[in-house]
Amino acid sequence: MTAEAISESRARSDFWDGVRLSMPVVVASAPFAILFGAIAVDNGFSVLEAFLMSALIFGGASQMVGIELFGQHVAPWLVVLSIFAVNFRHVLYSAGIGRRIAHWPVLQQALGYFILTDPQYAVAEARAASGQSVRFVWYLGLGLPVYVFWVAESALGAVFGKMIPNTHALGIDFLLPIYFLGLVLGFRKRPLWLPVVVASAFASIVAYQTVGSPWHVSIGAIAGVLLAVILPPHHSGVGKRT
Amino acid sequence: MSTTFWIILAGAVATYLTRVGGHLVISRFQTVHPRVEAGLNAVPAAVLTTLVAPAALGAGPAEWAALIVTALMSLRGGLMAMFLAGAAVLILARQFVG
Repeated sequence: MTAEAISESRARSDFWDGVRLSMPVVVASAPFAILFGAIAVDNGFSVLEAFLMSALIFGGASQMVGIELFGQHVAPWLVVLSIFAVNFRHVLYSAGIGRRIAHWPVLQQALGYFILTDPQYAVAEARAASGQSVRFVWYLGLGLPVYVFWVAESALGAVFGKMIPNTHALGIDFLLPIYFLGLVLGFRKRPLWLPVVVASAFASIVAYQTVGSPWHVSIGAIAGVLLAVILPPHHSGVGKRT
Repeated sequence: MSTTFWIILAGAVATYLTRVGGHLVISRFQTVHPRVEAGLNAVPAAVLTTLVAPAALGAGPAEWAALIVTALMSLRGGLMAMFLAGAAVLILARQFVG
Protein backbone atom coordinates (compact mmCIF):
# COMPACT_ATOMS: atom_id res chain seq x y z
CA MET A 1 0.00 0.00 0.00
CA THR A 2 1.12 3.54 -0.66
CA ALA A 3 1.46 5.97 2.22
CA GLU A 4 -1.62 7.79 0.93
CA ALA A 5 -3.72 4.62 0.87
CA ILE A 6 -2.58 3.74 4.39
CA SER A 7 -3.51 7.16 5.75
CA GLU A 8 -6.85 7.04 3.93
CA SER A 9 -7.69 3.64 5.37
CA ARG A 10 -6.67 4.82 8.82
CA ALA A 11 -8.91 7.86 8.44
CA ARG A 12 -11.79 5.60 7.42
CA SER A 13 -11.29 3.27 10.38
CA ASP A 14 -10.97 6.29 12.69
CA PHE A 15 -14.29 7.60 11.36
CA TRP A 16 -16.10 4.30 11.91
CA ASP A 17 -14.50 3.97 15.33
CA GLY A 18 -16.19 7.29 16.18
CA VAL A 19 -19.50 6.17 14.65
CA ARG A 20 -19.46 3.03 16.79
CA LEU A 21 -19.00 5.12 19.95
CA SER A 22 -21.82 7.45 18.86
CA MET A 23 -24.44 4.68 18.85
CA PRO A 24 -25.29 4.72 22.58
CA VAL A 25 -25.69 8.51 22.32
CA VAL A 26 -27.92 8.17 19.24
CA VAL A 27 -30.12 5.62 21.01
CA ALA A 28 -30.23 7.55 24.29
CA SER A 29 -31.07 10.88 22.66
CA ALA A 30 -33.75 9.51 20.31
CA PRO A 31 -36.62 9.74 22.83
CA PHE A 32 -35.60 13.31 23.71
CA ALA A 33 -35.45 14.40 20.07
CA ILE A 34 -38.92 12.99 19.41
CA LEU A 35 -40.20 14.42 22.68
CA PHE A 36 -38.69 17.82 21.85
CA GLY A 37 -40.44 17.89 18.46
CA ALA A 38 -43.74 16.92 20.05
CA ILE A 39 -43.50 19.54 22.83
CA ALA A 40 -42.33 22.22 20.37
CA VAL A 41 -45.42 21.85 18.19
CA ASP A 42 -47.55 21.65 21.31
CA ASN A 43 -46.11 25.04 22.41
CA GLY A 44 -46.81 26.82 19.13
CA PHE A 45 -43.78 26.01 16.96
CA SER A 46 -44.28 24.90 13.38
CA VAL A 47 -42.63 21.69 12.20
CA LEU A 48 -40.09 23.78 10.27
CA GLU A 49 -39.26 25.86 13.36
CA ALA A 50 -38.79 22.74 15.50
CA PHE A 51 -36.50 21.35 12.80
CA LEU A 52 -34.55 24.63 12.60
CA MET A 53 -34.10 24.86 16.36
CA SER A 54 -32.60 21.36 16.49
CA ALA A 55 -30.43 22.00 13.44
CA LEU A 56 -29.06 25.36 14.61
CA ILE A 57 -28.86 25.00 18.40
CA PHE A 58 -28.28 21.23 18.74
CA GLY A 59 -28.53 21.25 22.53
CA GLY A 60 -31.33 19.14 23.98
CA ALA A 61 -31.72 20.53 27.48
CA SER A 62 -31.56 24.16 26.29
CA GLN A 63 -34.09 23.50 23.52
CA MET A 64 -36.49 21.98 26.07
CA VAL A 65 -36.10 24.99 28.36
CA GLY A 66 -36.50 27.40 25.43
CA ILE A 67 -39.69 25.70 24.25
CA GLU A 68 -41.08 25.60 27.77
CA LEU A 69 -40.55 29.36 28.27
CA PHE A 70 -41.78 30.16 24.77
CA GLY A 71 -45.01 28.32 25.58
CA GLN A 72 -45.38 30.44 28.71
CA HIS A 73 -45.17 33.59 26.53
CA VAL A 74 -42.05 34.83 28.32
CA ALA A 75 -40.28 37.82 26.70
CA PRO A 76 -38.13 36.66 23.73
CA TRP A 77 -34.86 38.01 25.19
CA LEU A 78 -35.50 35.99 28.35
CA VAL A 79 -36.00 32.82 26.31
CA VAL A 80 -32.66 33.45 24.58
CA LEU A 81 -30.97 34.25 27.91
CA SER A 82 -32.26 30.98 29.40
CA ILE A 83 -30.93 29.01 26.42
CA PHE A 84 -27.60 30.75 27.01
CA ALA A 85 -27.69 29.93 30.74
CA VAL A 86 -28.41 26.24 30.18
CA ASN A 87 -25.65 26.06 27.58
CA PHE A 88 -23.16 28.08 29.61
CA ARG A 89 -21.50 24.84 30.74
CA HIS A 90 -20.15 24.48 27.18
CA VAL A 91 -17.68 27.28 27.95
CA LEU A 92 -15.98 24.81 30.26
CA TYR A 93 -16.14 21.96 27.72
CA SER A 94 -14.75 24.30 25.10
CA ALA A 95 -11.81 25.23 27.30
CA GLY A 96 -11.20 21.55 28.06
CA ILE A 97 -11.43 20.17 24.53
CA GLY A 98 -9.59 23.17 23.06
CA ARG A 99 -6.36 21.69 24.42
CA ARG A 100 -6.99 18.50 22.45
CA ILE A 101 -8.02 19.88 19.06
CA ALA A 102 -5.90 23.04 18.78
CA HIS A 103 -3.79 21.37 16.06
CA TRP A 104 -6.76 21.05 13.63
CA PRO A 105 -7.23 23.52 10.74
CA VAL A 106 -9.42 26.47 11.78
CA LEU A 107 -12.52 25.45 9.78
CA GLN A 108 -12.43 21.96 11.27
CA GLN A 109 -12.16 23.50 14.74
CA ALA A 110 -15.11 25.80 13.97
CA LEU A 111 -17.21 22.78 13.00
CA GLY A 112 -15.87 20.80 15.96
CA TYR A 113 -17.11 23.44 18.41
CA PHE A 114 -20.53 23.52 16.73
CA ILE A 115 -21.14 19.84 17.59
CA LEU A 116 -19.61 20.06 21.09
CA THR A 117 -22.44 18.54 23.15
CA ASP A 118 -22.27 16.91 26.63
CA PRO A 119 -21.64 13.36 25.35
CA GLN A 120 -19.34 14.62 22.57
CA TYR A 121 -17.18 16.27 25.20
CA ALA A 122 -17.34 13.31 27.58
CA VAL A 123 -16.34 10.72 24.97
CA ALA A 124 -13.67 12.88 23.31
CA GLU A 125 -12.18 13.83 26.68
CA ALA A 126 -12.14 10.17 27.76
CA ARG A 127 -10.27 9.28 24.56
CA ALA A 128 -7.71 12.04 25.10
CA ALA A 129 -7.30 11.04 28.76
CA SER A 130 -6.51 7.46 27.70
CA GLY A 131 -3.55 8.79 25.73
CA GLN A 132 -5.07 8.50 22.23
CA SER A 133 -5.06 11.52 19.94
CA VAL A 134 -8.39 13.16 19.07
CA ARG A 135 -8.43 13.30 15.26
CA PHE A 136 -10.97 15.29 13.25
CA VAL A 137 -12.37 12.29 11.33
CA TRP A 138 -12.86 10.36 14.57
CA TYR A 139 -14.53 13.36 16.23
CA LEU A 140 -16.77 13.82 13.18
CA GLY A 141 -17.68 10.11 13.20
CA LEU A 142 -18.71 10.52 16.83
CA GLY A 143 -20.72 13.70 16.34
CA LEU A 144 -22.27 13.47 12.87
CA PRO A 145 -24.66 10.53 13.50
CA VAL A 146 -25.86 12.19 16.72
CA TYR A 147 -26.54 15.43 14.83
CA VAL A 148 -28.30 13.82 11.85
CA PHE A 149 -30.52 11.62 14.02
CA TRP A 150 -31.24 14.47 16.45
CA VAL A 151 -32.45 16.79 13.70
CA ALA A 152 -34.39 14.11 11.80
CA GLU A 153 -36.07 12.75 14.94
CA SER A 154 -37.00 16.25 16.10
CA ALA A 155 -38.83 16.81 12.82
CA LEU A 156 -40.40 13.35 13.13
CA GLY A 157 -41.52 14.12 16.68
CA ALA A 158 -43.00 17.43 15.52
CA VAL A 159 -44.99 15.66 12.79
CA PHE A 160 -46.16 12.68 14.81
CA GLY A 161 -45.85 14.19 18.30
CA LYS A 162 -49.40 14.01 19.36
CA MET A 163 -49.46 10.28 18.68
CA ILE A 164 -47.12 9.42 21.62
CA PRO A 165 -49.33 7.62 24.16
CA ASN A 166 -48.69 7.87 27.89
CA THR A 167 -45.25 9.53 28.13
CA HIS A 168 -45.20 9.19 31.92
CA ALA A 169 -45.67 5.42 31.88
CA LEU A 170 -42.83 5.21 29.35
CA GLY A 171 -40.62 7.16 31.77
CA ILE A 172 -39.62 9.63 29.05
CA ASP A 173 -39.43 12.57 31.44
CA PHE A 174 -36.79 10.87 33.60
CA LEU A 175 -34.57 9.17 31.00
CA LEU A 176 -32.32 12.23 30.84
CA PRO A 177 -31.23 12.18 34.51
CA ILE A 178 -30.57 8.43 34.26
CA TYR A 179 -28.40 9.00 31.21
CA PHE A 180 -26.53 11.87 32.86
CA LEU A 181 -25.95 9.80 36.00
CA GLY A 182 -24.34 7.15 33.80
CA LEU A 183 -22.00 9.79 32.37
CA VAL A 184 -21.12 11.11 35.84
CA LEU A 185 -20.26 7.60 37.05
CA GLY A 186 -18.10 7.08 33.99
CA PHE A 187 -15.74 9.75 35.34
CA ARG A 188 -15.42 8.19 38.81
CA LYS A 189 -11.73 7.25 38.41
CA ARG A 190 -10.73 10.90 38.08
CA PRO A 191 -8.89 12.62 40.93
CA LEU A 192 -11.22 14.61 43.23
CA TRP A 193 -14.28 12.96 41.61
CA LEU A 194 -16.23 12.36 44.83
CA PRO A 195 -15.65 15.79 46.46
CA VAL A 196 -16.50 17.51 43.16
CA VAL A 197 -19.70 15.50 42.70
CA VAL A 198 -20.79 16.11 46.30
CA ALA A 199 -20.09 19.86 46.06
CA SER A 200 -21.91 20.19 42.73
CA ALA A 201 -24.87 18.12 43.90
CA PHE A 202 -25.23 20.18 47.07
CA ALA A 203 -24.83 23.56 45.35
CA SER A 204 -27.16 22.69 42.48
CA ILE A 205 -29.90 21.51 44.87
CA VAL A 206 -29.61 24.68 46.96
CA ALA A 207 -29.57 26.87 43.83
CA TYR A 208 -32.51 24.98 42.34
CA GLN A 209 -34.60 25.71 45.41
CA THR A 210 -33.50 29.33 45.84
CA VAL A 211 -32.43 30.99 42.56
CA GLY A 212 -34.32 28.45 40.49
CA SER A 213 -33.88 26.75 37.14
CA PRO A 214 -31.91 27.05 34.85
CA TRP A 215 -29.25 28.76 36.98
CA HIS A 216 -28.74 25.71 39.21
CA VAL A 217 -26.74 24.17 36.34
CA SER A 218 -24.15 26.95 36.14
CA ILE A 219 -24.05 27.56 39.91
CA GLY A 220 -23.67 23.87 40.79
CA ALA A 221 -20.99 23.37 38.16
CA ILE A 222 -19.02 26.40 39.31
CA ALA A 223 -19.11 25.10 42.91
CA GLY A 224 -17.58 21.75 41.92
CA VAL A 225 -14.97 23.30 39.66
CA LEU A 226 -14.02 25.91 42.30
CA LEU A 227 -13.51 23.15 44.84
CA ALA A 228 -11.11 21.38 42.47
CA VAL A 229 -9.25 24.66 41.91
CA ILE A 230 -9.05 25.51 45.61
CA LEU A 231 -7.85 22.12 46.89
CA PRO A 232 -4.03 21.81 46.88
CA PRO A 233 -2.73 20.59 43.48
CA HIS A 234 -1.16 17.44 44.96
CA HIS A 235 -4.69 16.16 45.64
CA SER A 236 -5.84 16.69 42.11
CA GLY A 237 -3.20 14.60 40.38
CA VAL A 238 -2.08 17.40 38.08
CA GLY A 239 1.09 19.45 38.26
CA LYS A 240 3.33 16.38 38.50
CA ARG A 241 4.19 16.96 34.86
CA THR A 242 5.22 20.47 33.93
CA MET B 1 -39.37 36.87 9.77
CA SER B 2 -41.37 35.69 12.76
CA THR B 3 -40.41 36.23 16.41
CA THR B 4 -39.95 32.48 16.76
CA PHE B 5 -37.35 32.51 14.00
CA TRP B 6 -35.37 35.29 15.68
CA ILE B 7 -35.48 33.48 19.04
CA ILE B 8 -34.06 30.38 17.35
CA LEU B 9 -31.37 32.36 15.56
CA ALA B 10 -30.31 34.32 18.67
CA GLY B 11 -30.38 31.10 20.71
CA ALA B 12 -28.13 29.46 18.11
CA VAL B 13 -25.63 32.33 18.18
CA ALA B 14 -25.62 32.36 22.01
CA THR B 15 -25.09 28.59 22.06
CA TYR B 16 -22.23 28.71 19.55
CA LEU B 17 -20.55 31.44 21.61
CA THR B 18 -20.58 29.15 24.67
CA ARG B 19 -19.10 26.31 22.61
CA VAL B 20 -16.26 28.30 21.06
CA GLY B 21 -15.82 30.92 23.81
CA GLY B 22 -14.10 28.81 26.44
CA HIS B 23 -11.37 27.87 24.01
CA LEU B 24 -10.93 31.40 22.67
CA VAL B 25 -10.45 32.76 26.18
CA ILE B 26 -8.29 29.97 27.61
CA SER B 27 -6.01 29.71 24.57
CA ARG B 28 -4.81 33.27 25.17
CA PHE B 29 -2.73 31.95 28.04
CA GLN B 30 0.65 30.40 27.24
CA THR B 31 0.73 27.87 30.06
CA VAL B 32 -2.09 26.28 32.01
CA HIS B 33 -1.73 26.55 35.78
CA PRO B 34 -2.11 23.22 37.66
CA ARG B 35 -5.10 24.59 39.55
CA VAL B 36 -6.78 25.65 36.32
CA GLU B 37 -6.10 22.19 34.91
CA ALA B 38 -7.57 20.60 38.04
CA GLY B 39 -10.62 22.80 37.56
CA LEU B 40 -10.95 21.80 33.91
CA ASN B 41 -10.64 18.11 34.82
CA ALA B 42 -13.52 18.55 37.26
CA VAL B 43 -15.83 20.13 34.68
CA PRO B 44 -17.70 17.15 33.23
CA ALA B 45 -18.56 15.51 36.56
CA ALA B 46 -19.47 18.89 38.07
CA VAL B 47 -21.83 19.93 35.28
CA LEU B 48 -23.48 16.58 34.72
CA THR B 49 -24.11 16.20 38.46
CA THR B 50 -26.22 19.37 38.41
CA LEU B 51 -28.46 17.77 35.78
CA VAL B 52 -29.04 14.78 38.06
CA ALA B 53 -29.09 15.94 41.71
CA PRO B 54 -32.12 18.29 41.80
CA ALA B 55 -34.10 15.95 39.54
CA ALA B 56 -33.28 13.01 41.83
CA LEU B 57 -34.27 14.94 44.95
CA GLY B 58 -37.63 15.93 43.49
CA ALA B 59 -38.41 12.42 42.25
CA GLY B 60 -40.19 9.45 43.81
CA PRO B 61 -39.53 5.76 44.59
CA ALA B 62 -39.68 4.62 40.94
CA GLU B 63 -37.04 7.17 39.89
CA TRP B 64 -34.84 6.44 42.92
CA ALA B 65 -34.93 2.72 42.17
CA ALA B 66 -33.90 3.46 38.58
CA LEU B 67 -30.99 5.67 39.68
CA ILE B 68 -29.79 3.09 42.24
CA VAL B 69 -29.83 0.33 39.62
CA THR B 70 -28.00 2.64 37.19
CA ALA B 71 -25.31 3.26 39.82
CA LEU B 72 -24.99 -0.46 40.61
CA MET B 73 -24.64 -1.26 36.90
CA SER B 74 -21.69 1.15 36.68
CA LEU B 75 -19.65 -1.35 38.71
CA ARG B 76 -19.94 -3.81 35.83
CA GLY B 77 -21.20 -2.47 32.53
CA GLY B 78 -20.63 0.53 30.29
CA LEU B 79 -22.84 3.55 29.71
CA MET B 80 -25.37 1.77 27.50
CA ALA B 81 -25.83 -1.06 30.00
CA MET B 82 -26.31 1.48 32.80
CA PHE B 83 -28.84 3.45 30.79
CA LEU B 84 -30.88 0.47 29.64
CA ALA B 85 -30.98 -1.09 33.12
CA GLY B 86 -32.03 2.22 34.68
CA ALA B 87 -34.68 2.85 32.03
CA ALA B 88 -36.07 -0.69 32.36
CA VAL B 89 -36.38 -0.36 36.14
CA LEU B 90 -38.04 3.05 35.75
CA ILE B 91 -40.68 1.85 33.29
CA LEU B 92 -41.35 -1.27 35.34
CA ALA B 93 -41.56 0.60 38.65
CA ARG B 94 -43.90 3.23 37.22
CA GLN B 95 -46.43 0.57 36.32
CA PHE B 96 -46.80 -0.02 40.08
CA VAL B 97 -46.09 3.25 41.87
CA GLY B 98 -46.91 5.69 39.04
